[in-house]
Amino acid sequence: MHASFGQWIIFILPLVVVAGFVVMALIDRRRLGDQAPIGFFARNGWPVGLFLVGAVGIWAIFMIVLPLLSMIDLSFRPKLPPLQWGGPKDYYTLENYHYFLFGSNTSSANWNITHLKAFGLTIWVSIVITILDFVICYPLAYYMAQVAKPARLRLVLLLLIAPYWVNEILRAFAFRLLFAEQGVINDMLISIGVISSPVDFIAGDVALYAGLSYAYLLMMMFALHNAIESLDRNLVEAARDLGAPWWHIHAFIVLPHAKPGIASGATLVFMLTAGALAAPLVLGGPRSLWFTPIVYDRFFQAFNGQQGAAYALILLVACVIFVLGVLKLFRLRLGEIAR
Amino acid sequence: MTARGVRQLMFGFYALIFFAYLFGPLAVMGITAFNTSEYPSVYPFEGFTLDWFKKLFADRDLVHGLQNSLWIGLLVVLTSVPVGMAGAIVMTQVYSRARSFYYLVVVSPVLTPGVIIGISTVIFWRQTTQGTGLRFIYDGTVLTVLAQSSFISAYTMLIFLARLARFDHTLEEAALDLGASRAQVFRDILIPFLMPAIGSAAVIAFLSSFENYNTTTFAILADKTLTTVLAGRLRQGTTPALSALAVSIVAVTVVGAIVYEVLKRREQAGLRARQLAAQKAETNELSRPLASVGA
Repeated sequence: MHASFGQWIIFILPLVVVAGFVVMALIDRRRLGDQAPIGFFARNGWPVGLFLVGAVGIWAIFMIVLPLLSMIDLSFRPKLPPLQWGGPKDYYTLENYHYFLFGSNTSSANWNITHLKAFGLTIWVSIVITILDFVICYPLAYYMAQVAKPARLRLVLLLLIAPYWVNEILRAFAFRLLFAEQGVINDMLISIGVISSPVDFIAGDVALYAGLSYAYLLMMMFALHNAIESLDRNLVEAARDLGAPWWHIHAFIVLPHAKPGIASGATLVFMLTAGALAAPLVLGGPRSLWFTPIVYDRFFQAFNGQQGAAYALILLVACVIFVLGVLKLFRLRLGEIAR
Repeated sequence: MTARGVRQLMFGFYALIFFAYLFGPLAVMGITAFNTSEYPSVYPFEGFTLDWFKKLFADRDLVHGLQNSLWIGLLVVLTSVPVGMAGAIVMTQVYSRARSFYYLVVVSPVLTPGVIIGISTVIFWRQTTQGTGLRFIYDGTVLTVLAQSSFISAYTMLIFLARLARFDHTLEEAALDLGASRAQVFRDILIPFLMPAIGSAAVIAFLSSFENYNTTTFAILADKTLTTVLAGRLRQGTTPALSALAVSIVAVTVVGAIVYEVLKRREQAGLRARQLAAQKAETNELSRPLASVGA
């Protein structure tokens, strides 16, 4: 199929969906007759109604849906010089995805090992970091939500909010200072005599993984805290009075109640970690494998936007699968986690 | 020692390690900014200096990036606060299936990696403005504002939704019964009610925009913001001047975050005070007839 055709579909599709909604609403109103509730424009008045529809329409269509659709569109196009875009050679193709799996046709290897390995590692490490962050945050989140007195809680929250707003590049930079060859950790280990020559933490990816687990820790913290806070303290008291051991209280009362918070924290941490760009750029060694820098290089070094779009889409699909998986695992709906 | 005591001790130990982990790296970064040593280091502390901060102001790229970041932040606030507000108001007026579909669309940017939002915005506007008169949109600043606003509007929408959940619709009805027009209700009742949320949404929008890197690095094209300049420098190597820059940025964002917290606290305190006043008025009202009977 020729690519210029696809572009029209992309533009018309959102309009068709919106028109469909309007028609459905009109049919509903017609059927209800006199009992129909007050209409949107009657309710808001024309000036405000136009503002609402205009702002939301521009946002949803031109800033969210169309960019995404055109990225999907581009990912199925061949690499062509800009002058030939939309020209006779611009047909839809799977070659960008083929490249992700099998590499270029000229290479001797069967699979595109480097990219596949980076992708697999990114997903795997992100999952491990998500679980690790949950384990690190849970005790303090529980303490803040259930045990702490108001004054203490205010202090802890203030202590957490300050680093929460530190830029992710700066977090990565801080870890670079810690783990560099002449960094604080190496200096310290040498001065107490554990090692005699500096360890290369950067090349070993120790710095990268430590930095990534640090970077989005507080997302998990606030999500968990919000969820546990709404648990009635009397329930915990009652369980304790009835003789439940402490781990029973957590496993059968607190954790089930905190499910939406765990899910939203996990989705945020996973998505941010898998999509992290600053930490791998600053903390990654020359041979580090992380998927987003590869996507970045497709654009800025290979100048192959089509392939970059395909790679970005692969990452997005992985994130969507993770979110759906978490929802399935916790038996939740999307509305319950995105708060 | 009791089991409870052991658990408390263990928790204290854990909290200590947790906060050391949280602040240790930032503290190290802070100290290196004031050390005279050429290579960013904590120990030995060769001497206190502010020279690294002075060097920052002489750096043309950084100052230019900072100007861009501030300008973009302002534009993002002006875009995402009204859009987020409209999004939240519409959310309260759609129902059932349309609502879950709408929710999915407008919350999706929160759950999309920032890299992808940046890439897709650039691709879309490059394709659509090609060969049309709209080429001026394909500009680093405009694209960055569009890309950042797409997810920052979702953040602000969530803030407005939380506030709207407490809105008393009888106020609206009372005003309409008294003859106010729809536009008047919006301007004189809804907007004043949303005012605290507008303030905190603006702060959140500015901070998110100012510190954003993943989306910006794609959308800014050939131009630069503070974070992209910073990332470029970091890839070349570390110097104490970068620590100084880091300390400055952290100072700005932390002050912003604290202002936001204070605003939020004040709003909640105001709410509580009003509830108390209402309660008091009510009890006074109730006790007055009793008092007159007694007299």
